[in-house]
Order: sequence, then C-alpha cells, then structure tokens
Amino acid sequence: METGRWKPAEIAFWLVPVACYFLFPGYLVLGSQILAVALFALSLDLILGYAGIVSLGHAAFFGLGAYTAGLLSARWGWHEPLSALAAGGVIAAAAGFLASFLVVRGSDLTRLMVTLGIGLLLYEAANKAAFLTGGVDGLSGMANGKILGVWGFGLRGHTAYVYSFTILLILFVLVRRLIHSPFGLSLRGIREGRKRMPAIGAPVMWRLVAVYTVAAAIAGIAGALLAQTTQFVGLDVFSFQRSAELMIMVVLGGAGRLYGAILGAAVFMIVQDYLSGINPVYWQFWLGLLLVAMVLLARGGLMGALDALAARAKRR
Amino acid sequence: MSSLVGVLFDGVAYGALLFLISLGLSVTMGLMNFINLAHGAFAMFGGYLAVWLMTRWGVPFVATLPIAFVVIGAAGAVMERVLYRRLYGASPLDQVLFTIGLTFMSIAAATWFWGPSQQPVILPAWLRGQVSVLGVDLGVYRLFLVAFVIVVSVLLRWLIERTRFGSQVRAAVDNREAAAGLGIRVDRVFTLMFALGTGLAGLGGALGIDVLGLDSSFPLKFMVYFLLVVAVGGAGTIHGAAVAAIILGIFDVAGKYYVPQAGAFIIYLLMVVLLIAFPAGLFGRRH
Repeated sequence: METGRWKPAEIAFWLVPVACYFLFPGYLVLGSQILAVALFALSLDLILGYAGIVSLGHAAFFGLGAYTAGLLSARWGWHEPLSALAAGGVIAAAAGFLASFLVVRGSDLTRLMVTLGIGLLLYEAANKAAFLTGGVDGLSGMANGKILGVWGFGLRGHTAYVYSFTILLILFVLVRRLIHSPFGLSLRGIREGRKRMPAIGAPVMWRLVAVYTVAAAIAGIAGALLAQTTQFVGLDVFSFQRSAELMIMVVLGGAGRLYGAILGAAVFMIVQDYLSGINPVYWQFWLGLLLVAMVLLARGGLMGALDALAARAKRR
Repeated sequence: MSSLVGVLFDGVAYGALLFLISLGLSVTMGLMNFINLAHGAFAMFGGYLAVWLMTRWGVPFVATLPIAFVVIGAAGAVMERVLYRRLYGASPLDQVLFTIGLTFMSIAAATWFWGPSQQPVILPAWLRGQVSVLGVDLGVYRLFLVAFVIVVSVLLRWLIERTRFGSQVRAAVDNREAAAGLGIRVDRVFTLMFALGTGLAGLGGALGIDVLGLDSSFPLKFMVYFLLVVAVGGAGTIHGAAVAAIILGIFDVAGKYYVPQAGAFIIYLLMVVLLIAFPAGLFGRRH
C-alpha cells in the first residue's frame, strides 16, 4: 500500500525538471510557466482528486494570487518576491476560506454554479476595475527585486526556472505529507463515503473547509509565481477557460495521485504550445475530442495507464 | 416611466428566450440528473442552421423555426442514443468533462465552418419597427418573441399534463424505478424528452439571433445563463425555469441599461446570492 516513504521512482521524477534545465536552456521560459501551472494543478488535485469537490472556478484563487503579487509590484512599489508570493497565498487563502462555506453545502449542481459564479464575478470585477488592474490590456510594469537579496531575475529565465522549481518542490513535499497524514486519509474517506464519515467521528464540513482553504492558498501562490515569472497579469487568469483547462490537466494526468497533476500539466502545456502554434481552432477541437475520449475510454488518466502497464509487466 | 416599462418589456422578452432554450437543460438535469454543459451548442447550431437556410436558400425567417426545431431535435436524439446515454450513471466530474469536451468541439467546428464573426440576420419587414401599446413603444420582434414563447409553453403544458406521454414523463421524474416497474419504457421517454429539449434549444437559438447574437463563442458565453435558469428555478420544473428566466432577463437588461459600467457583474452577483439563499432552487424538488 501507499506509505509516506519516498520511492526511487519519485526521486527520479524530480530529477527530470533538473535535467531539463541543462538540456533545454532555450525553453526555460516555457519551463517555468509549466512549473507554476503544475503547482496550480496540484492545488486542484487536492480538492478534486482527494476530497472529491468538482470546481468550475478554481481560477478565482489563482487570479487573486496573481493580481496580489502583480499589484504589489506594479502599483504599490513592493518588489521583494518571496513576501509578495506569500501575500498572494494569504489573500487567496482568505477568499478560499470564505468561499468554502458556500461550496461545502448544496448539491453538485449548486456547487458547480457557485464555483463558476465566484470565478466569473472576480473576472468581471478585474475587468471593470481597469484603473487598478489595467482591464483587458492586462497589468504590466511589474519589477522583481532579488530573491533573498542575492539572485536577480534575468531575461533568459534561469532564475525564474530555479525559483519556480524550488517553490513547487517545497509545496509538493508539504502537500505530500498532508496527503499521507490522518487528515489526508479522512479526506479520501469523505470522497468515498460522505455519509459514513461522521459515524467514525470525522467532522466532514470542517475537513472540507480546511482542505479548500489550503488548496486556495496553493492556487494563490501558483498565480503569484506565474505573475512574477512572466512579469504580467492578464484578465485570463480568472477565465472559465483556465479553470476548465486546469481540470483537464488534472484528469489527464490522473486525479488523486499528486504526480498525475504535475504530469498532466506538463503534457498539456507542451502539447498546447506545439499545437496552438499551428492553429488555435484545431487545438480547441482536439482538446474537446481528447476530453470526450478520455471520459468514455480511459479512466484514470496517464498515471492510471502507467499503473496498468506496470501491473502487466509485473505479472510476466 | 415609459423607459422603465420598455426595459421591463425587453427583460421579459429576453427572459422568454432564455426560458425556451433552458427548458431542455432543466429536463436533462431534473429527469436524468445529467449536467449538460453542452446544451448551448444545440441552440447555437439551431441559429447557424436558420442563418444558412435564410442566406443560402432564401427560406423565410418564420419557416426556419420549425426546421431548426426538427433538425436539432433529431440531432439531439441521435446524440442521446449514441453518447449521452453512456454517462447517465457517471459521476458529475465525468459528465462535466465530457460535455465541456463537446462544447469545445462544437465551438471549434462552428469557427471552422462559419468563422468567428457575428452572423447577420435579416428579419422580415413585418417583424421590424415599433408598435405603440398604451403609449409605450414596443419592438414588434420582441412582441412576436414573447407571444411565440407563450404559445410554445401552453403547448408544452398541454403535452405534459394532458397526454399519455406527459404522464409517463411525470411518472419517470417522480420515481424512475417505479415507472419502469409499471411498464413505462423510461429510456425511450428520456430520449424523446432529450430530443424535445434540444429541439426547443435549437428553436430558441434560431428565434433569438437578433437578441442574443450568434457567433462561435455562443455556447460558452451563455452557458452560465442557461445553467443559472435551471439552478435558480430548480431542475425539472417548468414554472420554476420560467420564473427564474424572467427574473434573470429583467435583471440583466435593467442592469445593462441603468448601470452599464457594472456590466455582467450584477447577474453574477445575483446568481451567487440566489444560490446561497436557495441552494435547491426557488422551486426545487426535494429528493
């Protein structure tokens, strides 16, 4: 069974982004975007894969983090990156805490609608508050100070990549610990049998509030990270498209598996970068077809397929 | 004063259109517990079909409406038989992903065939212009729209409350197992209701081009509105959907007229507030 001990395969997994740093120095900008989005996907996996909450508006927290970091730097002259990152996480966590009370109640439909509504509400708010956020033109003019006063952000993205990688790794280790703790087990219990969990003394609502807040905080940090590494915040951080694509990444990789979220984000972003360069309309079509095929044919995503391959290899 | 009446009337006309399109979604969600985010795509294709018939073949506007109803309804029946049926028991996540996939595909297909731009619609002369009712100028097209939707609703009421098929539908909604046990072919009732719902969406899409506009982003742009009608009205009720659609229509039109700087903000705020106040919808069924 799953244990909290690190397996060799996991360590090998984390060596891949390290190797990419040396192998593809020309793709570090895309690389750091992938790392930030992978962190975002990780946060959705926490509530979708482990707690079983379907959200159509997770971009709300991502966008809050991105705008927090963006506004601090571009409007209010706060350029220290780590504290701005933390601020993004805190703001998103506060919003997530408040929103969680709306999300934990009601049916699946109501839940979908409330998450969708919060995302759209923030999108409109950012759109209409153009004097602050830049509206449709986006928020530009961000400038980052040096990380810990030592490493400055260069144009070629070395620092951004290492910075994103470090943040992702640290938060991943924390999330992994959370998942393997009794708290993580109780989340899976809620997912599998919500009505039975109170019988063994687990406070379902408070567990969901807690995990939703944590996930929102991580999403906020991911948003802040993307804002800092790209030095730009566009309205699309709040868009439905972003929430939907995020869900696709998590399910593509395999929900409820931690590594699935990261793998899904990486595969999705690389394929998108390649295909949408050819023609964005085609890309949307293939994305739709992929979704339909995935639901009808391949449950469990990429990680599920890998597991099946491994199981077959073992039987031989 | 007369501007207030005018805004109210436009809101009602808009709401009537939302009601017509959302009804099918309400049925799918209430009857089959299926979250169909691709419902707007059926409406969009109804609109494209109407435009194509008018510009390519010179079919008059009013004649395109029944054609859109029949063709889109038939397409809906095929989709239900081939694809949707497989996911009736699936988790909400699977249903959401599947229908988002369908939505993306239909947007891409529409962009491929017709381009991303707004589609033109030329209304016949007798539907253009204004008519003065009790001192208030009302658009003829919007009057036609409201009257049309009222007629369709009366027909639907008759279908659901007075016919044998209607009683089968009501039985299937109330208790699927018991209805099946009585010999009602529930799966056929589902297919027919799905076809009826998508047909009405196609009809609404064709009827509403002049109010809603028509471009390839239609299914996503209006997804929230359709979902909102169902969530606020309570899935599976006709009068709930009607009341919710009229409320939404009036708030949306009035908001855009009186507070244009707030934009769509009002409608989203209304949505979150209504959903907090009535988690099961205004006329929700308690299961």
